[in-house]
Amino acid sequence: MTKAQSLWNQGVKIGAIGGVSVLIISLVGMVESFGKRDIIAGILPMGVAIALIISILAAYMAAKKTSIPEKSIQFANAVVSGFVISGFLAVFVMIGRSFNIREMFVGASPVLYNILTGGVAGAGGIFLLLLTGVLCGAFAGILHMLKDLPRKLMVNALLTIFILGLLQELILPILKAWDVGMINYLAGLFYTLNGLTPIGAILSVVIFCILYLLWNANQGAIKFKYASLPKEARKKSQVAALIVLAVILIVLPQFLGLFLSEVITIVGLYVLLGLGLNIVVGYAGLLDLGYVAFFAIGSYVVALLTSPQIFAFGLNFWQALPIAVICGILAGVMLGIPVLKMRGDYLAIATLGFGEIIRILVLSDFLRPWLGGAQGIGSIPNPNLFGFQMVKPQHIYYLLLAGIILVIFISLRLKKSKIGRAWMAMREDEDVAQAMGINLVATKLLAFATGAGFSALSGAIFASKIGSVYPHSFNVFISINVVCIVIIGGIGSLPGIVVGAAVLMGLPELLREFAEYRMFVYGVALVIVMLLRPEGLLPEARHKMEFHDETEAGAKTVA
Amino acid sequence: MILLSIQEMTKRFGGLVALNALNINVKEKSIHSIIGPNGAGKTTFFNCLTGFYRPEEGEVMFNGQSIVGLSPDRIVHKGISRTYQNIRLFPNLTALENVMVGYHVHLKSGFFGPILGLKKTRMEEEKATQIALDLLKYVNMEGREDTLAKNFPYGEQRRLEMARALASQPKLLLLDEPTAGMNPKETQDMMDFIQHMRGELGITIILIEHQMRVVMNISDIVTVFDYGKMIAEGLPEEIKNNKTVIEAYLGTGEAADSH
Repeated sequence: MTKAQSLWNQGVKIGAIGGVSVLIISLVGMVESFGKRDIIAGILPMGVAIALIISILAAYMAAKKTSIPEKSIQFANAVVSGFVISGFLAVFVMIGRSFNIREMFVGASPVLYNILTGGVAGAGGIFLLLLTGVLCGAFAGILHMLKDLPRKLMVNALLTIFILGLLQELILPILKAWDVGMINYLAGLFYTLNGLTPIGAILSVVIFCILYLLWNANQGAIKFKYASLPKEARKKSQVAALIVLAVILIVLPQFLGLFLSEVITIVGLYVLLGLGLNIVVGYAGLLDLGYVAFFAIGSYVVALLTSPQIFAFGLNFWQALPIAVICGILAGVMLGIPVLKMRGDYLAIATLGFGEIIRILVLSDFLRPWLGGAQGIGSIPNPNLFGFQMVKPQHIYYLLLAGIILVIFISLRLKKSKIGRAWMAMREDEDVAQAMGINLVATKLLAFATGAGFSALSGAIFASKIGSVYPHSFNVFISINVVCIVIIGGIGSLPGIVVGAAVLMGLPELLREFAEYRMFVYGVALVIVMLLRPEGLLPEARHKMEFHDETEAGAKTVA
Repeated sequence: MILLSIQEMTKRFGGLVALNALNINVKEKSIHSIIGPNGAGKTTFFNCLTGFYRPEEGEVMFNGQSIVGLSPDRIVHKGISRTYQNIRLFPNLTALENVMVGYHVHLKSGFFGPILGLKKTRMEEEKATQIALDLLKYVNMEGREDTLAKNFPYGEQRRLEMARALASQPKLLLLDEPTAGMNPKETQDMMDFIQHMRGELGITIILIEHQMRVVMNISDIVTVFDYGKMIAEGLPEEIKNNKTVIEAYLGTGEAADSH
């Protein structure tokens, strides 16, 4: 490949992809609405940070994909692609300022142009924009030339700033909750009410670098020490780690304010849902897109049994809970029977339909006297534990925590049993599983039932937390969210689901501007995860092997 | 003693008669080979025996019981196990898990046993693991139990599939072209292994092959299929010199002339 070809293929083309990406996020309004939130107060708004990250990433890819080994060419390609990206934006700003394109693109506002040109009017602003692009390209080019360690250090340090800025609303209230002079001082040093302080940003980079280098220098030794510990000692340290984790989980709500506790209960509900779906999708390989149905059933059963409206059975939460779970399990079996013979896409479509059927049934006028129709069912009492009313989200948190621990325990135990192996065998090859003596009907129904039971448990807690249930709370997006959590977190991996729920459900709650772009971001996240980390964020050991074992296996055979 | 007795078994796919009124008896502890050209109906025959297809007519008696119309998983419980022509392991399960799935039929634990960690269930799991490890050792794959099945080389995948089939502790083992894709040396090893296995475990084996040469040395009896019909049955020596068989494999003189 000649230099000119390489310049065209890597520099210009990848630059164009990056340019279009930045243009899209600008046009849908993300840059503008994230412009109000600062990563570094007064210096770097989040919208700009995202645009910069995409530009640098694209330019880095341009350098990386260059097949000519000369460093200067790679650097040049990175700079060119950075320039192309900013060129796209510059043309866009010039067009936008000369013609009214807002009729087509609502997001193309003067505020956006201001952000893109750094607030400088006229040609100066365009020049600044182009210069930024070139600098992004040059930065990416330098990153690519660096050795592994300094590059990782730099990338991770920048990501640290980004994440610390992003999570301000999570970290700041937790720090403030201590209300100790020292911590208050630190909180003030690092954070303003909108983003990190410049000093905070510099300090966090310095602290991060020191920690990273320390870890890097001693990582081998620590791992070796751990590996050379006798088995009991290793087990002991694991138990100790578990105890620390348990203590953190138990005291956590004391440091979270009302708002964060609310967020964490939402995450918790989705963790429960994700764990249930993981049985169906992750273990048994049955793609269920109507999973919200069981969530709805759990909620409505609790609502009907405990609320004084409609029937006034007058049961309390604890009496209604097992009934709700049993109803969920029965519904799981009932859904399972008609779809027993379906596989793959057909199963997904059929279950999707089931989810909608339940929602529309609940919404129907026909069932209104029994289920409340569109008005739903209100005044569901809070759970009452030995005379203690669980009113606040902090209390619901403990309820959820107990539920999650129970469900994780059951999942782990089942996975390592005959049933878990039968599920996984069925996922791998249904016919052969049957030829090994596995009863497909019973095994499938058991997977549906178990998953549905967990989902109903989540629904029951949801109903008593919110205090009222409406059909519109149970739309298909809940199913989609849960599927995304399981896939992005890592199919089959329990910690992955917790992380997936925290990222996909927690972050949008923290960043309210985000809500509008939730589905857009999920789509992008799914594509990125599938391309770069098909095994998910926090994969199960087995899946890691599935996707990355070819080289190791090759090495083994040679050895 | 006759372990498997097939009477007038017929299987049709629409107008095509895949198996035509077969009558076969398989003696206990014998190696019974089924040979025939491609498309003769050998694998269909296996699928009928294991319950994946239901023959339209005829009777299959296994160990004195009729197994026609039973689902594949019930048939495994009766004691028939199989391997596949194109290896069908559970690719993303480890070698150990693959073999343990094979042992599934002997596990009694239910849903709550493992959750509550009952002693009975734990003992059963331990026993299953031990049996699976022993089987892996038996097929010469000791120490590889934690490798994913798909990461094994071809020959080992064949052996692993064999171990999985043996894990159900079958009375009758159906091997569908176990030497497909192997070189002469590997083929010989496999044949030795099969013979060895019959001797040690005392199981009955039905072996599908389409290379006649391969099975001649180890078979007690050979049945030849062509176009779904049994065209010959007898000792290997007899089959080798059977005129109909030679014609089925090489074509008749007329057909050869016309080319």
